[in-house]
Amino acid sequence: MIRIIGALVGLGFTFVVMWAFGNGAYNAITEDHVPAAEYTYYKKPVAPAGGFQQDGPFGTWDLAQLQRGYQVYKEVCAACHSMKFVAFRDMADLGYNEDEVKALAAQVQVPGIDPNTGEATTRPALPIDYFPSPYPNNVAAAAANNNAIPPDLSLMAKARGDGTNYIYSLLTGYGPIPAELKADFPDFDTPTGLYFNQYFPNLNLAMAPPITSDGQVTYADGTEATVDQMSKDVAAFMTWTAEPTLVKRKQTGWPVLGFLLFATILAFLSKKQIWSAVKPKKS
Amino acid sequence: MSFPWAREYKPANGFTQFLDERLPLPRLVYNAVGAGYPVPRNLSYMWNFGVLAGFFLVVQIVTGVVLAMHYAANAEVAFATTEHIMRDVNWGWLMRYAHANGASFFFIVVYIHIFRGLFYSSYKAPREMIWLLGVVIFLLMMATAFMGYVLPWGQMSFWGAKVITGLFGAIPLVGEPLQVWLVGGFAPDNAALNRFFSLHFLLPFVIAGVVILHIWALHIPGSSNPTGVEVKKESDTLPFHPYYTAKDGFGLGVVLIFFMLFVFFMPNMLGHPDNYIEANPLATPAHIVPEWYFYPFYAILRAFTFDFILSAKLWGVLAMFASILVWFFLPWLDKSPVRSGHYRPLFRKFFWFGLIPTMIVLFICGGAPAEEPFVMISQIATAYYFLHFLVILPIISSIEKPEPLPYSITEAVLGHDDDAKLGAVSATKA
Ligand code: HEC
Ligand code: HEM
Repeated sequence: MIRIIGALVGLGFTFVVMWAFGNGAYNAITEDHVPAAEYTYYKKPVAPAGGFQQDGPFGTWDLAQLQRGYQVYKEVCAACHSMKFVAFRDMADLGYNEDEVKALAAQVQVPGIDPNTGEATTRPALPIDYFPSPYPNNVAAAAANNNAIPPDLSLMAKARGDGTNYIYSLLTGYGPIPAELKADFPDFDTPTGLYFNQYFPNLNLAMAPPITSDGQVTYADGTEATVDQMSKDVAAFMTWTAEPTLVKRKQTGWPVLGFLLFATILAFLSKKQIWSAVKPKKS
Repeated sequence: MSFPWAREYKPANGFTQFLDERLPLPRLVYNAVGAGYPVPRNLSYMWNFGVLAGFFLVVQIVTGVVLAMHYAANAEVAFATTEHIMRDVNWGWLMRYAHANGASFFFIVVYIHIFRGLFYSSYKAPREMIWLLGVVIFLLMMATAFMGYVLPWGQMSFWGAKVITGLFGAIPLVGEPLQVWLVGGFAPDNAALNRFFSLHFLLPFVIAGVVILHIWALHIPGSSNPTGVEVKKESDTLPFHPYYTAKDGFGLGVVLIFFMLFVFFMPNMLGHPDNYIEANPLATPAHIVPEWYFYPFYAILRAFTFDFILSAKLWGVLAMFASILVWFFLPWLDKSPVRSGHYRPLFRKFFWFGLIPTMIVLFICGGAPAEEPFVMISQIATAYYFLHFLVILPIISSIEKPEPLPYSITEAVLGHDDDAKLGAVSATKA
């Protein structure tokens, strides 16, 4: 009885799902599907020449690069983007000592309260403060950016597939619409206020190219500030902000794996030893 | 509850003697996983995965309790407290990555455990109850994992919760009010997040309780084995300790190596990048997908795209639940007296060339965007899935001619058994 009911239920589901299949197949044959421009012309992120020092299982931070990246963030990106999960005290990880961290914080103004009148004002940041947001609220952010809200960048490197390379590719990927795209999709266009970038999933984004010319920032360590270099540095810095424990994680992983390997070999040998008496001899 | 030749527990000293007369806990352990529990001597590494599942349940509870100490279930701050755990809490990142990847590994080992059961038909008499409790555990695991994924309140958390709770809306008449009642609003928000956290904390302990029943039920007939021939005598078994404690210890080491490889070197590979974006009810992600271990069932849900008397959505929901509920009926659908797939030529073919590829295809389609050709492929796979369990399996079990079985486990292992009266030719595959 149960097998008959079961068979009927099974055939019922099969019938309905195959009906849906037939319908889909019919549509697939009768309608032509034109893939969208986003499909054909979207590019996967590429790594910069030489990659990043923190990549790979043995990667370590390039502290000088992170410091340069912070400078790019502060002088360029911070005009539009917040980084609300990063505090100035965290900057000690980048190789700054206590006084340097205090000085770095003091360069930035954060919202404060006037101790005498209680009115809202600004004050220099302290190491315990988090990076401030450039806009008082999302409405102001959208109003200043053609209705797009610049996202918080703290976690950006983890919030996109292949994030570090994506940020680098996005920053260096602006350009005119290629002629082949125009030929394939004559209707495709970049509306005013948007900018064409093949690394952005729908090809047009609301961020004007932020890094446009060599020498846009002047690096304290004398590194030549090319567009490529600045993009690379800020991408590395954002990898750190997204996961400050990244290098510590990998460095902790090795001894753990080493120990486990050792323990597992011991476990294997003792298993073999224990079973040797009862295992039949293989003929 | 065990074989007559099981060794008896003997208290070794005054203290254990004292304990044995008042609270015989050492005796319980001795009889459950000690030298007092005789186990078939021919178990393969496929029989390691139950213990491994138990290990990952413990990992989830331990890391989860620590995370709960630092997490706040409030839609305003849930995302920020998760980041607080990752950045400020000592070793918080390790706890969180271990918990997130621990869930994945829990499902990996449980899937292997289930498909072991399917291949060796471990669900057959006298082990139906073990199997039924197992399916209950699996359903509880799915509920727990789903609610846990909502807690960090990222984009996939929110939209996943919205899609899945929205399924209740497909139920005719009572659907919409039921959905609002369950979610505590029209869309998931604080109310939903709070109840999910409460249940996510509770359910693992419920699972632990059902696991105890599962193992209790297992200890009545004892484990099956790769030949599917029941234990007949002492030479068919070995005491659990030290033989299987040693084997399980080695298996645990191997799995831990893989687990730690993920935790320390690719902790986000099994997750979705969108969950590092804070939940935003106004911005729908391009592709809403559940966690990878739900992909096959998600594919079944989405395979129903055509309204046929009932709405397509309702068909999808029914089929998704039915796809797991059919497992409950397997002991009565598969009537073949032979358990092990090693001796069932036809069953074996459909298992390896039907069921397993179907699961892989469903897995791939579940993670792919809902567009052609994935939808059509998943429809064929869904059809096969139901046919396999509900039509093919019952038919196979009545028409198949099984291969000759060894007389006993002893014969399967040693190649001969002096007790074998019929002198059955041995099939020494073990
Ligand atoms: C003039 C303001 C402005 C500046 C300066 C700016 N951005 Fe943006 N950014 C935006 C806006 C607006 C968006 C939202 C774009 C959209 O969604 O179309 C955005 C989006 C982004 C994104 C997300 C793209 C995605 O995948 O959604 C990244 C990454 C980014 N910016 C990085 C940077 C970096 C790095 C800098 C500094 C080098 C920077 N931005 C400087 C306005 C700015
Ligand atoms: C928390 C999850 C689970 C735990 C801790 C667990 C634990 C165990 C343990 C320790 C065993 C004995 C060792 C072994 O055979 O591997 C076992 C056997 C078994 N389990 Fe599970 N299990 C879990 C989930 C499941 C699920 C989801 C199913 C099926 C849907 C299942 C079905 C079975 C069956 C049929 C057996 C007997 C196998 C045989 O003797 O051949 N279990 N379980």
